[in-house]
Amino acid sequence: MTVTSPSSGLHDPRSAAGRAGDKIFSGTALTAGIVILAILAFVAVYLVVESIPALTAGEGELSHGKTSFWSYVWPMMIGTVIASAIALLIATPVSIGVALFISHYAPKRVSQAFGYVIDLLAAIPSVVYGAWGMAFLGPLLVPIYAWLSENAGWIPLFSGGYSQTGRTLFTASVVLAVMILPIITSLCREIFVQTPKLHEEAALALGATRWEMIKMSVLPFARAGIVSAIMLGLGRALGETMAVTLVLSPGALSANIINVGNQTIPSEIALNFPEAFGMRQHELIAAGLVLFVITLAVNMIARWIVSRHKEFSGAN
Amino acid sequence: MSKRIDAIDFNVYYSKFLAVEGVNISIEPKSVTAFIGPSGCGKTTFLRTLNRMHEVIPGARVEGKLLLDGDDIYAPGVDPVSVRSTIGMVFQRPNPFPTMSIRENVLAGIRLNGQRISKGDADTIVEKSLRGANLWNEVKDRLEKPGSGLSGGQQQRLCIARTIAVEPDVILMDEPCSALDPISTLAIEDLINEMKDQYTVVIVTHNMQQAARVSDKTAFFNIAGTGKPGKLIEYAETSTIFSTPREKATEDYVSGRFG
Repeated sequence: MTVTSPSSGLHDPRSAAGRAGDKIFSGTALTAGIVILAILAFVAVYLVVESIPALTAGEGELSHGKTSFWSYVWPMMIGTVIASAIALLIATPVSIGVALFISHYAPKRVSQAFGYVIDLLAAIPSVVYGAWGMAFLGPLLVPIYAWLSENAGWIPLFSGGYSQTGRTLFTASVVLAVMILPIITSLCREIFVQTPKLHEEAALALGATRWEMIKMSVLPFARAGIVSAIMLGLGRALGETMAVTLVLSPGALSANIINVGNQTIPSEIALNFPEAFGMRQHELIAAGLVLFVITLAVNMIARWIVSRHKEFSGAN
Repeated sequence: MSKRIDAIDFNVYYSKFLAVEGVNISIEPKSVTAFIGPSGCGKTTFLRTLNRMHEVIPGARVEGKLLLDGDDIYAPGVDPVSVRSTIGMVFQRPNPFPTMSIRENVLAGIRLNGQRISKGDADTIVEKSLRGANLWNEVKDRLEKPGSGLSGGQQQRLCIARTIAVEPDVILMDEPCSALDPISTLAIEDLINEMKDQYTVVIVTHNMQQAARVSDKTAFFNIAGTGKPGKLIEYAETSTIFSTPREKATEDYVSGRFG
């Protein structure tokens, strides 16, 4: 009869060291998770606490004789959303097209060079984009605005004159589009190249052309990823401060996007916060809280869109 | 429809590397032909050149002639897309489109080419193809469910249904059962037996019993050593290959002495 000694394979003393590694790793991961949540909570608490005076203020208490906080923040909410929406409308098709070109059409060497150029776009600081938009893109767009104002003036978006400097909400949107283009492109590219070869070949073997193959296997596979990429781009567009501040000549809310006017929340905060105190400061922080809520809502909607088709995602 | 395939002095290259050399073979219509041989002998490579699927690998090219009922599928001006819609392919691992329902998977090939079909016609095609793949009874109540929810064997039969829905002349199968359990394998083998009434079937298999069970003719491929090109060693009736092969290498392989 043999007695199992404690030094058998089942009682390897060295495995204790392995457990220590596990403990350190899980501890680190847990700490990182807690830190993220804590930071988020602190920011949220700060925003809410500092916003309350502005949110609850009655008539006469707000700065510059505003009647209520909502009538102050509402036009900027609309301005922010419109600028980001136009930027997305421009950037999304271009980004997906460029990403497909890099991942499925271009020869390897060309696609690599192209990838670097796109990444370079992402490395340009936003203040440079702002200066470019103000000094170069704006004047460049003025003749187009003139044409639109003359020929498409019946559309509310283009009615009521146009800006001679080009410092309009539309110019700001184009600058935003250029800024979010590299984000969406490089994320889409990463996802497109991960399309399983098996699915691509399945489509090709049925007699699909390259474009049909992309429609059948690449785009469906990448759809959730494309939505996430767009949302990340939208997040940047919503929060972008410097470029809009430099490009846009702000003013009251107006449907006309080719004339001066309109304002976005981040730009409003950046322009006014340095000189703000008291109630004015609370108003601006409350505007920041509104932006925070908009971004959160957009992200939740995006997640919901993605999860609605979970059954068909291929993850099962 | 079912067509014959003739390869004449056929070489396959990956860039400069000669992968398969000097294949001469005549594949009869309405028959099952099995390609057997050790790993790396070029049987899958050759199979993929039969519908120009090897072209997805950059640098892959061929020399020689490959005739489908006398028409060279590598002649200048021949579109690989139309070659592939005439010569269907079933892959090693089941690959239904994960984002499509069972029904949409079957119709995937039909929907290409911009064809518009009525719902009634589509229903007919779906039922006929799924019946043709012996899958109809198992899935008829859940045609709108995702194809990826089926078992591996069912998925593979769905892929076969998808392939026969476009009514090809030839069906190529690249080790279609290697990822399946024995019961599913049996289902696919029964199906292959039925398919040869209508199609020319070419199947690559590592399983010699499978080749013996399903095929009319068998081609044995071999390779002299690493870095050397694969060659077609012997091509004959399956019963001959497994009982009285002409070549020593074939006999060694089918009797399990190597490979």
